[in-house]
Amino acid sequence: MTAVPDIEFRAVTKRYGAVTAVSGIDLAIPPSAFVALLGPSGCGKTTCLRMIGGFEQPSEGQVLIRGRDMAGTPPYRRPVNMVFQQYALFPHLDVEDNISYGLRQARPRLSSREISQRAGEALSMVQLGGYGRRKIHELSGGQQQRVALARALVNKPAVLLLDEPLAALDKKLRTDMQIELQNLQREIGITFVLVTHDQEEALSMSDFVCVMNGGRVVQLGQPSEIYDEPADLFVADFVGKTNLVSGKVAGLSGDLVDVALADGTMISARKRVPLSRGEAVSVSLRPESLSLSAPGSGSLKGIVRNRIFLGSTAEYAIEVQGIGSLLAKADHVIGQGNLFKPGEPVAIGFAAGAPLAFPHANNNGTNQREDQNAEILS
Amino acid sequence: MSETGHKPEPDNATGGRKSAGSQPAFSMRGSLLRKNLMTALLLAPATLWLVVFLVLPFIAIAIFSVGERAPEGGYQAALTFAQYANLPARATAFWNTMVLAPVGALACLLVAYPVAYYLALRAPQRWRLILLAMIVIPFWTSLLMRTYAWMYILGGRGIPALLAYVGIEDLRLINTPGAVLLGIVYGYLPLMILPIYVSLERLDRRLLEASADLGATPLSTFLGVTLRLSLPGVMTGFSLVMILLLGEYLIPTLLGGGKVFFIGNALVDLFLQSRNWPFGSAIAITLVLVSVVVLIVANRVSTRLSGARRVDLI
Repeated sequence: MTAVPDIEFRAVTKRYGAVTAVSGIDLAIPPSAFVALLGPSGCGKTTCLRMIGGFEQPSEGQVLIRGRDMAGTPPYRRPVNMVFQQYALFPHLDVEDNISYGLRQARPRLSSREISQRAGEALSMVQLGGYGRRKIHELSGGQQQRVALARALVNKPAVLLLDEPLAALDKKLRTDMQIELQNLQREIGITFVLVTHDQEEALSMSDFVCVMNGGRVVQLGQPSEIYDEPADLFVADFVGKTNLVSGKVAGLSGDLVDVALADGTMISARKRVPLSRGEAVSVSLRPESLSLSAPGSGSLKGIVRNRIFLGSTAEYAIEVQGIGSLLAKADHVIGQGNLFKPGEPVAIGFAAGAPLAFPHANNNGTNQREDQNAEILS
Repeated sequence: MSETGHKPEPDNATGGRKSAGSQPAFSMRGSLLRKNLMTALLLAPATLWLVVFLVLPFIAIAIFSVGERAPEGGYQAALTFAQYANLPARATAFWNTMVLAPVGALACLLVAYPVAYYLALRAPQRWRLILLAMIVIPFWTSLLMRTYAWMYILGGRGIPALLAYVGIEDLRLINTPGAVLLGIVYGYLPLMILPIYVSLERLDRRLLEASADLGATPLSTFLGVTLRLSLPGVMTGFSLVMILLLGEYLIPTLLGGGKVFFIGNALVDLFLQSRNWPFGSAIAITLVLVSVVVLIVANRVSTRLSGARRVDLI
């Protein structure tokens, strides 16, 4: 018996006039999972969420919730609830009335006793017991966030939709809420669909990450899969930090390719898609897969330009002749004071199997990464 | 230039701080004075205007209202509440006004709300300004002229004549309560539409989506969110129109045939015809008090219902 997916997209396309926001998405979101829709702004992730919520209708294709086609079903008849960006709490109602708003809409009507009991439970679930009679504008951002969560969850939806729910919170609160959201999802056991442009948030919170770009799903997988085995250059570049180095395919052997870098260095990389000899490729090198050592060993030589010491790790921006700037990340072990200093020459080695080669496309992620490296260097 | 040059030297830095301790306090006091003076100057024209044309006349009217009518008409100094005791003599005018004002304002509201709703939430963005302008532009013509126009439209040679062509005979429109109501709605509509439009336009659309998301049908979203949150605008429009209607006499006179008397008629009569200034003043003062009560009540109601932070109208 296969489980019916909580959410299913079948060849869904959404156009706004001449602009195609979402093009031909097929997607099945498994039940009881925490799923993140991740992508840069304008990739169609919010449009997807709004089509699940019923605020947008697909131009083509079907959106199914628990196997039922939702075409023509208005938002108020869908078994999903949304936590809106900026929360969209009702300013004219107090905390408890905000939370019980959905319960009051239920037909047949619920008894007022049940309503207040469930609202009370929802309040204590988000640790706001005793805040029921507060006005919305008297609450902090974090508290408003909790009210928005309680207001959605109190209706026992089949799926909870979260539209960039943590974007308005400061960093400390955001980390707390990430953990709290994860715990809540496990406790309640319903599917959470989170929209975010923050790849760290997506990786840390969700069971599955759905990476989107240009209105398409680029990759769906577990966070570690997405990070370790990116489907293409865009994913490699967008998720996590990486160095992209251009080169040419010099040799092929099974899953591996030998790539000649611009400075003539040969490195062995894995390929995810078929490549041919002589093809221009970009090799993705995760900063933590680069190992630094004293000059003499290693495959590449460079000079440390900048060091950011982060306690448990240190990040280095290393200038390599003919290749450019590489970002390396090294663990720092207490007592082993082997930190390289700016200006020091170093040798760079690659962990076996870590470099990934992709066809060199005019992908839009690359510039962004270069900017970030430039930022570190400056 | 000097700033960057001074930075690294500790001596200069302390010197800078010393002057920073005394000088800004000085200049701050100075700028505060200047600021106050500026504020006073900016407020002066409006204050002067209000004192000369509102506060002083109001005091005069208040003094008149406790005086007596001079034998030849006008005012004669006295201290008596006889004028106020005499108010029941104009009870009918009061009663008619007290009916006309809220009913007229309500009729205005019923017509204005859908228009404001359409303008704020449904009309295409690029049409909004044009449509709003179309609502405001008639205001550039005098109300008297426009009301005269309605006399023609509703009169024997207007709509009834047209209807006679299609066989509907002897329809009387002018000089009926319906005509008065129509004139009022026509004349005061923009005053009702604009504040409601503003409050609906400011409404956060995501609240409407949130309401739908939580299972509310469009009707309950309208009642529970849209209407509730636009109440400040409704109350502003309602009290504005109602207060103006308390003094209205032109429209009832022209379109209602002048058969029914309102406080406005009474005031014109007392000040200009029978020259009983003290009695007129007593009526005027009472009218002002009623207006103030209307404003306070409207303000309270809208604050309570919309749950917004207190906004004071007066």
